[in-house]
Amino acid sequence: MISYIDNILFVTFLVLTIFLFSNNFKKILNNIRLGRAENRSDKTILRLKNMFRVAFGQGKMIRRPIAGILHLIVYIGFIIINIELLEIIVDGIFGTHRIFSQYFPGLYNILIGSFEILALLVLISVIIFWIRRNILKIKRFLKDEMRGWPKLDADLILYFEIILMSLFLTMNGADYTIQLNYPENDIYVRAGSFPVSQFLVPIFQDFNLNHLMLIERISWWLHILGIFIFLNYLYYSKHLHILLAFPNTYYANLESKGKFKNINSITSEVKLMLDDNNNYEDNDDSEIETFGASDVTELSWIQLLNAYSCTECGRCTSECPANLSGKKLSPRKIMMDTRDRLAEFSKNIKGNSEEYSGDGKKLLGDYISNEEIWACTSCNACVEACPIDIDPLSIIMSMRQYLVLEKSAAPQDLNNMMNNIENNGAPWPFNQQDRTNWIN
Amino acid sequence: MKVKIFSDCVKEGKHPEILFWVGCSGSFDERAKKITKAFVKILNDANIDFAILGNEESCSGDPAKRSGNEFLFQMQAIGNIEIMNSYNIKKIVTACPHCFNTIKNEYPGLGGKYEVLHHTEFLKSLIENGKLKIPNGSFKGKKITYHDPCYLGRANNIYEIPRDILKKLDAELVEMKSCKSKGLCCGAGGAQMFKEPEKGNEDVKDIRIKQALETNTDIIAAACPFCNTMLSDGLKDKVSNDSTSVMDISQIIEKAKGL
Repeated sequence: MISYIDNILFVTFLVLTIFLFSNNFKKILNNIRLGRAENRSDKTILRLKNMFRVAFGQGKMIRRPIAGILHLIVYIGFIIINIELLEIIVDGIFGTHRIFSQYFPGLYNILIGSFEILALLVLISVIIFWIRRNILKIKRFLKDEMRGWPKLDADLILYFEIILMSLFLTMNGADYTIQLNYPENDIYVRAGSFPVSQFLVPIFQDFNLNHLMLIERISWWLHILGIFIFLNYLYYSKHLHILLAFPNTYYANLESKGKFKNINSITSEVKLMLDDNNNYEDNDDSEIETFGASDVTELSWIQLLNAYSCTECGRCTSECPANLSGKKLSPRKIMMDTRDRLAEFSKNIKGNSEEYSGDGKKLLGDYISNEEIWACTSCNACVEACPIDIDPLSIIMSMRQYLVLEKSAAPQDLNNMMNNIENNGAPWPFNQQDRTNWIN
Repeated sequence: MKVKIFSDCVKEGKHPEILFWVGCSGSFDERAKKITKAFVKILNDANIDFAILGNEESCSGDPAKRSGNEFLFQMQAIGNIEIMNSYNIKKIVTACPHCFNTIKNEYPGLGGKYEVLHHTEFLKSLIENGKLKIPNGSFKGKKITYHDPCYLGRANNIYEIPRDILKKLDAELVEMKSCKSKGLCCGAGGAQMFKEPEKGNEDVKDIRIKQALETNTDIIAAACPFCNTMLSDGLKDKVSNDSTSVMDISQIIEKAKGL
């Protein structure tokens, strides 16, 4: 009877993890659905291609070769080593040990061997990541918006990875030592190849069988529990990109970056105004909504998905001309603020049976300032730089629309420019009749 | 200077093949007017059948749209579209990437569907079909660096065409630290041209000029009237002599051909 305790414990943890994870994931989906509708269900083939190139293929990551290659290693490691996770789960449920080795011994050796090499490479990469953040202090990781939790969050994920990889190698090292030194035992039979953890064997050489089994078991348990904790930590961290990068690139804007969406309800109004004979039929019966966005529910679901997908890598901010010239605007902060406000907003409606009770706050004003919004040159450097096709510029433009169309709150210079366009068809106070004066 | 006005042509029963969209900068800004004239000289030299809208042209609406004033943008766009559609215009060429982008990408949804070309695209096609020949010599031994306008480059993925034209000169094309898809903005886009910048350490244009001067270039080639203004101003603050100058690609061709 006692021998089933491990299995029962494991299944309990597994079920709990799946339950918490799916709960958190549902929360994220519901929050994304708070955004306005936007149809991105077209061009399936092009969208799949984009997802394969940008997310699966890491097509934009490699533009910065050092970070790109290190990330590629961690990414491949993450995907490949998860095959091992499958075995761990089967072993955990049925109380077996290295179950797959019985069925495909040849392949098994190759797999375990390659997991080990990848684990080492991941370990090295993650340590270099940590050095880049904490010793080399690369500028884009140290901007104002990275103070406090975002900085800690980034480091925690690196510590997580270091611990998980170390546990994996320790587990294998102990296992391999038993295989070598205690060939008569019937659990740790010869299975796997250990190109990396073989170097731990000398350390474990003097341990007896019980101690080695204890080390192997503790490492095994901590490793899998670590993964369970990591999965449920995702919801609270910037690390959701490991899942959301895929839908985010699938639903990305595939049009020219210079093409900004036209607001259809305005087209109807303008056509009515310009039509002297009043024979334009207003077919647009869509509800009159707020123009632009001042809070998360006025953004589109794409913009909210963007916010959840952001990893805070700061490539956008490091190429933003406004930020480079010392202005307050940071495209990364726009995404982080949007996500933080969305979390706050969803807490408010949770506490009030899915109805927003009003907390006196707004994304624009309480998180993002007008000064940031007006500093943008709409140059698309941030959009181009994002490794997973996030579009901070579209949020900035939505907020400008709100400020101008709902609040008439443009900077005075821009009001003058717009008055000129309205009165004489040019942004400067020149007479339209003088447009051809340059000819002479 | 010989420039036909579209409404006059239509009255005479003629239909020019191409509309040259001059734009507000090209019509009123002193520096940009030089770009307009240079481009017209090239068009006339190549015997291109073109006309302008003249006083019927009105702001494309780009600065209004990028400021968030969708209403004013659509007023401008729909007004322009009505005029262009009434002349049955099919092909538009413009020297302004902002007008180019707006007319090409944002007018179709409002009923304005045209073939829209930036003047660098058009100039390249003239070179390819033999109508425009650039003589060797005038830029020999000079260094040229090309500044990618955001609304031509990232916004519309046109990076190589302007460079292809510059390669026809016997000059050395050098690249700045940030170029092509990573090209640094001049600071004028998104309606910044018309306002004071927000508080910061320096102006965007000054960072860009520093990058340009690092290449030891003789000429900073531009392809946008806004970039031209910003870079010229930035250069004036940095360099007192005229060892380096900012020139639009059409001005470079004008000079090479001695027009």
